[in-house]
Amino acid sequence: MIVAVAGLAASGTFLVTSRSLSRIVLGFALLGHAAVLALLASGGRAGAPPIVDADAGAETANPLPQALSLTAIVISFGLTLFVLALARRQQILTGDDLVEDDVEDRRIAAGEERLDAAGAAEVLARGADGRDTDDEEVRS
Amino acid sequence: MTAVIALVVVLPLLAAAVVLGVRRFGLLRDVLTLSTMAAVTGMSAALLVEVDRNGTIVLEVGGWAPELGIVLVADLFAALILLVATATILVVELFAIGQRRTPAGADPSVVGPILLVLAGGVSLAVLTGDLFTLFVAFELILVASYVLLTHQGREAQIRSGMTYVVINLFASTLFLFGVAIVYAATGTVNMALLAERVPELPAATQIGVGLWFLVVFGTKAAIFPLFSWLPDSYPTAPTTITAVFAGLLTKIGVYVLIRFFTLMELDELGPLLLVIAGLTMIIGVAGALAQDDVKRILSFHVVSQIGYMIMGLGFFTVAGVAGAVLFLVHQIPVKTVMFLAGGLIEDDQGTSTLKRIGGLASSRPVIAVLFALPALSLAGLPPFSGFVAKLALVDAGIASGAWVIVTVSLVGSILTLLSMTKIWLGAFWGEVTAPAVPASSRRSVTIMQSSAAIAVAGTIAIAIVAGPLWDMSERIATDLLDRTPYITAVLG
Repeated sequence: MIVAVAGLAASGTFLVTSRSLSRIVLGFALLGHAAVLALLASGGRAGAPPIVDADAGAETANPLPQALSLTAIVISFGLTLFVLALARRQQILTGDDLVEDDVEDRRIAAGEERLDAAGAAEVLARGADGRDTDDEEVRS
Repeated sequence: MTAVIALVVVLPLLAAAVVLGVRRFGLLRDVLTLSTMAAVTGMSAALLVEVDRNGTIVLEVGGWAPELGIVLVADLFAALILLVATATILVVELFAIGQRRTPAGADPSVVGPILLVLAGGVSLAVLTGDLFTLFVAFELILVASYVLLTHQGREAQIRSGMTYVVINLFASTLFLFGVAIVYAATGTVNMALLAERVPELPAATQIGVGLWFLVVFGTKAAIFPLFSWLPDSYPTAPTTITAVFAGLLTKIGVYVLIRFFTLMELDELGPLLLVIAGLTMIIGVAGALAQDDVKRILSFHVVSQIGYMIMGLGFFTVAGVAGAVLFLVHQIPVKTVMFLAGGLIEDDQGTSTLKRIGGLASSRPVIAVLFALPALSLAGLPPFSGFVAKLALVDAGIASGAWVIVTVSLVGSILTLLSMTKIWLGAFWGEVTAPAVPASSRRSVTIMQSSAAIAVAGTIAIAIVAGPLWDMSERIATDLLDRTPYITAVLG
């Protein structure tokens, strides 16, 4: 059980870190399964079904993690659908399913590079990495 | 009174379903949404008075014992934050109704019901007494926030919304793993029982649990280095949405951090929290200085201010935690009203980029006042609420002898003032610019400005009642650090 959790979590995390949205969705599906398995594993050994008045003598399984798992499954199912809808919307808007860079960040970073090129000598003289000068530039 | 605890959670959710059904009938929808939020705010106020007078109220949902079922716990801390949070959502809903006829406004048939869902989630997160219900409450808040962020379906919103959803979904999955870890280690998810059992665990397990949940709640609260999703996603949403996010979502993360860390007695992590707090303050405010758009500057300030609350928690003294509680109460309305003022600028000028606007101080004096008051409060100048809260934190820091973090926090304050000055110079002084968009109708402007004014009045009221509020914060902090009042209230 632990090995299964580790394997699912590892492959899920790997998929989530990729740039393609469809892989991210699949990654979350795997991660969700890993978390639910971990919840079940935390409840101890498997046993008889925990039903009131069933077979009182036998060792029953712990019902609480099962209830928690059910809730978690429903939530992760709904969210997977939502992410899929978002991915579809992005595909309609941009024609691909890659995660894109933050435009504003790019713009500010680009400003930094231009400044670096222009004032490289000054930056070198100061021994700074160019960030400080950029802050001042924007501030003034 | 126990019925009220259930009602503040259930009523907004039920009303959300009803409002969603009548969402095509504008007036009925707005009246229903506003009256529900007003009712919830009223009940929260009644709850606060009652808890203040007679002590913690506990509701065992369905009559199950705390070991088996779900408990909702309204102690002083929960009741106070609940009141501030619901009142904030009420004001934002009013602003949203005013904004709906403007081009930048959010779709009212979506915002009304979803804000109610958000309110239900916030109430549940604040009141819940067990870890798994907290997970469900977080999901409720997050699902509402996903929809609010992306419902207009613009390209920038989908792009940044995707980042937001993926990061938060990952944090939620980690939360679920955390619940499994805690359950395996202690055999319970009830917080009061956890408070008894976690301190008995081996030291390494305790620290492991603490660090795990620091990552989980830290992502929601946007502490360093887990904040990068926030300045990316917040500015793309309509103003109303950003205001409610900035005022509430990260603060609920901080609330839960304070609750969890004090209850589980994780004092060993205090120094780590202080380091994180310092870095969050400085890097947040440095990011704000580099930006040139009002909404983006404010978004980085959300991050920076989180640092101050974490600092108060990091001391693990009564004065420190009380300062953090006071700061939390001050931040929720101030942050919201700053974004509302930013929204007024954007509504008036068609943009919030500093280079394209100017001279608002003479052309729109009302907006200037509505911006200036909370901005001074945010920077921590007397006599505003920010000053009281920061003074409390610095005082606690000096009492603990933590000079480094006190210095860092003061530098952070000065830089905050500097970036507020930058907005002021860019937007309010200089040559008067012609608005790029046609003016909104007088009625919607009036509604928006008056709701922002109510929120400003709220922040000033916090400064006026600072004395009693400080006493209350100290009592909250004493109870939080003592832990026994909470445990005995829940377990009897």
